[in-house]
Amino acid sequence: MTFVSPVIFVGVALLIGWLTSINSDTTRKIAVLDQTDYDYAALFKEDDRSEYIHLVGVSKEAAIAASKKSDYYGLLLIEAREGQLATISFYSDDSPAQGFLESIEHKINQKATANNLEDAGINLTIIEQLTINKELQLQDFAGEKTSKMSGWIKIAAGGAAGYLLMMFIIIYGNMVMRSVIEEKTNRIVEIIVSSVKPIYLMIGKITGTSLAGITQFLIWVFVGFILMLVATTFLGVDAFSNPANADVMLQAQDMSKMELIFNDIAQLPLLKLLVCFFIYFMGGYFLYASIYTAIGAAVDNETDTQQFMLPVIIPLMLAIYVGFFSVMDNPHGTVAVIFSYIPLTSPIVMLMRIPFGDIAWWEIALSMLLLYASIIGVAMLAAKIYRIGILMYGKKTNWKELYKWLRY
Amino acid sequence: MGNALEAIHIKKDYGNYTALNDVSISVPKGSVYGLLGPNGAGKTSLIRIINQITMPDEGHILLNGERLQPRHIENIGYMPEERGLYKSMKVGEQCIYLAQLKGLTTTQAKERLNYWFERFEIQDWWNKKLQELSKGMAQKVQFIVTVMHEPSLLIFDEPFSGFDPVNANRIKEEILKLRDDGATIIFSTHRMESVEEMCDHIALIHKSNLVLEGKLSEIKQHYRDRNYAVSLICENIDMAFQQIPSEFNPQPIVLSGLDHTLDVQIKIPKEVDVSIALNRLLQLGELTHFSEVIPSVNDIFIKTVQQHG
Repeated sequence: MTFVSPVIFVGVALLIGWLTSINSDTTRKIAVLDQTDYDYAALFKEDDRSEYIHLVGVSKEAAIAASKKSDYYGLLLIEAREGQLATISFYSDDSPAQGFLESIEHKINQKATANNLEDAGINLTIIEQLTINKELQLQDFAGEKTSKMSGWIKIAAGGAAGYLLMMFIIIYGNMVMRSVIEEKTNRIVEIIVSSVKPIYLMIGKITGTSLAGITQFLIWVFVGFILMLVATTFLGVDAFSNPANADVMLQAQDMSKMELIFNDIAQLPLLKLLVCFFIYFMGGYFLYASIYTAIGAAVDNETDTQQFMLPVIIPLMLAIYVGFFSVMDNPHGTVAVIFSYIPLTSPIVMLMRIPFGDIAWWEIALSMLLLYASIIGVAMLAAKIYRIGILMYGKKTNWKELYKWLRY
Repeated sequence: MGNALEAIHIKKDYGNYTALNDVSISVPKGSVYGLLGPNGAGKTSLIRIINQITMPDEGHILLNGERLQPRHIENIGYMPEERGLYKSMKVGEQCIYLAQLKGLTTTQAKERLNYWFERFEIQDWWNKKLQELSKGMAQKVQFIVTVMHEPSLLIFDEPFSGFDPVNANRIKEEILKLRDDGATIIFSTHRMESVEEMCDHIALIHKSNLVLEGKLSEIKQHYRDRNYAVSLICENIDMAFQQIPSEFNPQPIVLSGLDHTLDVQIKIPKEVDVSIALNRLLQLGELTHFSEVIPSVNDIFIKTVQQHG
């Protein structure tokens, strides 16, 4: 699985790209009935997605009936009162995309406005010449230009890092828990702990899996990156682009904007993010894996773990939600700051804050210090449960029981 | 010969529950020592203390006369009851890993394992994953893992459960051979027939207390109860059965047999001499069988457990 996962991942991305491209292949037929004298219908010309059928001299009811009978995608009805544009309606049994509807509105409104101006005797060319359309340029105080997408890039970088961390904690935490249960049900643990102390066995188990996790992560990143590169270069499928953002992409074709985006990515504290990812991964994983091992030791089989999983899942979910809502809203807000210090949530929340920059080094240091200090405490408690749990069979364990074990 | 293992006044509490209450046992060198007791009596607790998995609250263990220390783990081989190894790990790899835990080097481990794998004719399992083997096969591997570091003390928890008769016999022979080679064996079981066949010493633990300990033959001697098995051939079985003096407390084993045979177990009272009883039986018909019924370990086990409530 180590090597196969990125292949599957890239394969799915390519498949989605390919499916989207055939999805857009079919052209839809749209009837247009223009009852005004201004020939708005001419605005709608055939493109690669839509074909327009212009109806002339039919009533509204007949047009609706005909469109329905011919199984058209929709009917665009431009109604007039006294020769002027009155209402525009779109009839369809489908749910047309927001962008599509907005483009219809925009086209007609633009032309209607132009008509009105002309009727009022105002020269359009002059208006065009005099219209000012300045774009807001973003830059930081150091004078470095950024694109308007920089916020999104930061969110994407932080979100990806935080989400990956959560995934790894859950995947490898479960792995370590299953291995504890296996050793316990096998009784092999009795042979092992007669040679090594339970706490060493526990620490060794967690360290081993965390290093395996980091190795696997690096392999994924490396193989995934190479595959994406190969796929985009040779297969011509742009797996990186998201079809929904096509508009944004179109605008971004402006080379200077692309450069700004790349500049933004380069501006991210990538090295800091990477270093922090490893430190927080090790810390966060150690913290959660200690809890996972304790749970594994407390039960006889995997189904019994359910009741103990809540305290593991809740802080993880909380961290992700705080990350995606509070941090994105204001990376230096009270909630975001507090959660980036709480050891159970700090690895994820702090990772999401880091791309937004200007987080003082002492903040990160304090958060890491709290995390690593709490690991010692949690690991010691987990070891107590582990030491007793691995030798306890056939007894349904509950919270009260665990508390008793802590006091032995 | 001294004792391979001595447990001295061992006490172990789990919270409010006493698992072992002042238990002392002596396991002579070269013996096969049966550790008996109903489920939950405290056998496993004692074994865990011997294996240094847990520590006693009071008392201590001597191994070959020395206070038990972590390094002694190399001298002990332990096969837990619920056997299992790592299912998705290759047989050879995990044998080497477990050997290293017992202080062997990789080279030593390979040498010993080769010997045992050849002995059990399982060389081609080396690269198989454990999950590909049958239960009996896996148990052979487990046995090898237990004995490969040549410990002087071997502890088997229910060693024959799950083995088919052929393989159970094979393992039994191997265990006896290990004893002949000088190892001391502790057996934890509640299967009495294997105790009868193999053990020369037993200890019975009941409700955290040691209730019986000693040489099996001496214990049996102590539990002899003047019970005799008798077979008679006589014309009228019913009449003969009634005529057996009531003081013999007859208990029929099989009341009817082939051709007027009467099989019966009698208990001869203390005040009656055995030869007198024998004479009286001879008068009832043709005596074809007369032997003392030595109490089985099972009988002793049940009797003792019942005595101690």
